[in-house]
Amino acid sequence: MKNVCLYFKIHQPFRLKRYRFFDIGNDHYYYDDFTNDEIITRLAEQSYIPMAKTLLDMIRENGKDFRFALSITGTAIEQLQLYVPEFIGILKELADTGCVEFLSETYSHSLASLEDTEEFVREVKRHDDLILSLFGVKPKVFTNTELIFDDETALMISSMGFKTALTEGAKHILGWKSPDYVYCSAASPKLKLLLTNDKLTEDISIRFARTDWDRYPLTADKYMDWIAALPQEEQVVNLYFPMDTFGTFLPKSTGIFDFIYALPRFAKERGIAFATPSEAAARIKPVGELSVPYPLSGTDEARDVSAWKGNAIQREALHKLYSVSERVNLCSDRRLKQDWEYLQSSDHFYYMSTKNLADGAAHSSFSPYDSPFSAFTNYMNVLADFIVRVQEQFPEEIENEELNSLLLTIRNQSAEIDELNKEVKNLRNNILNYDEDDKRPAAKEKLKNRKPKTKSNP
Amino acid sequence: MKALMFGWEFPPHILGGLGTASYGLTKGMHSNGDMDITFVIPKPWGDEEKSFAEIIGGCNTPVAWRDVNWDYVDSRIGRFMSPQTYFDLRDHIYADFNYMRLNDLGCIEFSGRYPDNLLEEINNYSIVAGVIARTIPCDVIHSHDWLTYPAGIHAKNVTGKPLVIHVHATDFDRSRGNVNPTVFAIEKDGMENADHIITVSDLTRRTVIEKYGISPEKVTTVHNAVIPLSDEMLSLPRRKKKEKVVTFLGRITMQKGPEYFVEAAAKVLKKTKNVRFVMAGSGDMMEDMIRLAAKRGIADRFHFTGFLKGTEVYEMLKDSDVYVMPSVSEPFGISPLEAMEMGVPSIISKQSGCAEILHNVIKTDYWDIDAMADAIHAITSYPALFNQLRNDGIEEIKGITWEKAGRKVIDIYEKVIAARN
Repeated sequence: MKNVCLYFKIHQPFRLKRYRFFDIGNDHYYYDDFTNDEIITRLAEQSYIPMAKTLLDMIRENGKDFRFALSITGTAIEQLQLYVPEFIGILKELADTGCVEFLSETYSHSLASLEDTEEFVREVKRHDDLILSLFGVKPKVFTNTELIFDDETALMISSMGFKTALTEGAKHILGWKSPDYVYCSAASPKLKLLLTNDKLTEDISIRFARTDWDRYPLTADKYMDWIAALPQEEQVVNLYFPMDTFGTFLPKSTGIFDFIYALPRFAKERGIAFATPSEAAARIKPVGELSVPYPLSGTDEARDVSAWKGNAIQREALHKLYSVSERVNLCSDRRLKQDWEYLQSSDHFYYMSTKNLADGAAHSSFSPYDSPFSAFTNYMNVLADFIVRVQEQFPEEIENEELNSLLLTIRNQSAEIDELNKEVKNLRNNILNYDEDDKRPAAKEKLKNRKPKTKSNP
Repeated sequence: MKALMFGWEFPPHILGGLGTASYGLTKGMHSNGDMDITFVIPKPWGDEEKSFAEIIGGCNTPVAWRDVNWDYVDSRIGRFMSPQTYFDLRDHIYADFNYMRLNDLGCIEFSGRYPDNLLEEINNYSIVAGVIARTIPCDVIHSHDWLTYPAGIHAKNVTGKPLVIHVHATDFDRSRGNVNPTVFAIEKDGMENADHIITVSDLTRRTVIEKYGISPEKVTTVHNAVIPLSDEMLSLPRRKKKEKVVTFLGRITMQKGPEYFVEAAAKVLKKTKNVRFVMAGSGDMMEDMIRLAAKRGIADRFHFTGFLKGTEVYEMLKDSDVYVMPSVSEPFGISPLEAMEMGVPSIISKQSGCAEILHNVIKTDYWDIDAMADAIHAITSYPALFNQLRNDGIEEIKGITWEKAGRKVIDIYEKVIAARN
């Protein structure tokens, strides 16, 4: 039996406001609230809410037969909580049906997997904790920012306990192979890999409303025919969409919501099932290993990470950002931690791309800046201020390790002080009691034998 | 194809961008092959490059008969053109201009510059053009900038050949809107009499259409290009220095927006100290700028060089870390291309024509001194940005050649000639 896994992705970055160099050191608020509010409210109205309601209707209509996966970043959730709280309610409703699987990913849609292993682990944990606290489920299937994946990531996420991951069915990795099987990672054979089917995804996300397409118009009937016509052995079709495709790029008037709504009916007629990625991975055995020595992604023509690390300014900005990662981790300032999250969003680096032609057009259509250079300048100014703030927390001359041990000492000392305080209180009580009752040698004994218990780390 | 071009300046004796552009374009057209170009200028100096165009001087063109022999002509003007051309031209004198002040060869004197009696010189140039047009066979006439429009119109009337005029600038650019009515009239007359108009940017094209009321189909943009610099220039030594140098280079006039550069410098210097600013060039606003820099209290880090000539320009660029062109209105602006070619990242105003074709530069509005200061700060403090702009800029400029621009002009020639027949 064939399985169709649908994935819907929701991500929004905290876009930066115009931040000039003379603001460095003077202004510590970095975000363009107006734009962020405007964009997410518009997207929610046109796309997220109607789409989520359609999906909810589909679950109600088809019972447990219709299932799908949602991938939503921490920054997107924060923005929704701020500007469109009603959508969080709809997401909870979806979660309560039990037909929706929430995927694990980085909190801020970051590139930490490529830059900083330790931060990557923290990012994923922060994200999954948030999902657990909001929706009461712990994500089990991992998908990285924009489907970025390589062997190293495979090892990292395996060691974090993930058994399944979703990534891009990139031609240069698959070669003649089909993405419609379950594979496993060559680096970590216990990790099952699900791969997106680009052709069938783009038939909807790109070509659905194109009247010059020779298969236009696309109907749910026709679409399910294509899936049914795939070879018998190809058992899982992974379709991965940014959720805002529906309603913005493909406006309601194209009939896209009706198309999606009709999918389960025609799937059922042809014996095709909908599955969550966990179910698909559990049902189907991997057919072979895939080795991904260089990172791939689902973005740009090249399907690699050049969208974010393609030129010198992008690499410099990333390098500068992650150079303070350890320091930030030692800090406990909440605002600093929050800015650290927001500054990690891969979008900031995406805006700095200097690519031309079709890729370049895609980059600039999402960018709030008029050029990659102003994107870089603005980001670096903000980052400069951020780094100043990090350094204000602890003097720069102290090495991280030294600082770490000092912080440990401080923490231990406060624990020790607490303990001693407690003991002093006990003893004081004992002394008070002693006055009343002369014969209580136990307390006296204890007083004599007291030794300092805790020690600071050398 | 034979083209008769009228220009005002030609390298190496140039006063502005017009000469450089005329030279580059002619050379680029020549390299496309099958172009026979005669380039007329008011006053040649004899050291112009003649390999790709024949150069005729207005000041060497007889407008009244003088009985002189070959040897005499050769000794007088042999360095500029062959005596045979003189005699050919003498055979085509079309009226008696003896009432004018003429020299021993029957020629009118020209300064070849922008003298106070410019309008008279323009008129004389048109008289000379009549003789030349009757002598030199051509398929198309091409006039560079308003000074030569009357000459072009005259030549067109004499020969019946199509006239193409090349708008390198309009008076709206030069005067920030306070147009000189005489100049405007000459420009408009030229545009109306032309069979086709070439503008150096879409910005200028819009000016021509909107301000001069010309039909859009008659106006085509051919962006300027840049002549590859010689290895000698490119390999000029770069002084080692601790401080960054930010340079403004050009005429210090209203059109170039020098005051915005000073204001941006003041903003940058308030925050950082390891930057120096240089304003190279001269012009009617120089004293005001010196005063302004002093008023902002940045005179210790803001320097004036005065007019730079020849290689000094390139030595200055080589020592710069940032080149800034805050022009209020710049029809094209070749200098940022030269700066990029030298590996100097550039900041240009969105109001300049070259912004339409350049990618690896930072573009700001000329009045947005905050943005300009921010860009200067970014290039001087973030080495990654400097290197990115520098390396990609050098590559980008390699693709902007006069040969391509020349091809477009030849296509326009073919179109106007076909329309004539």
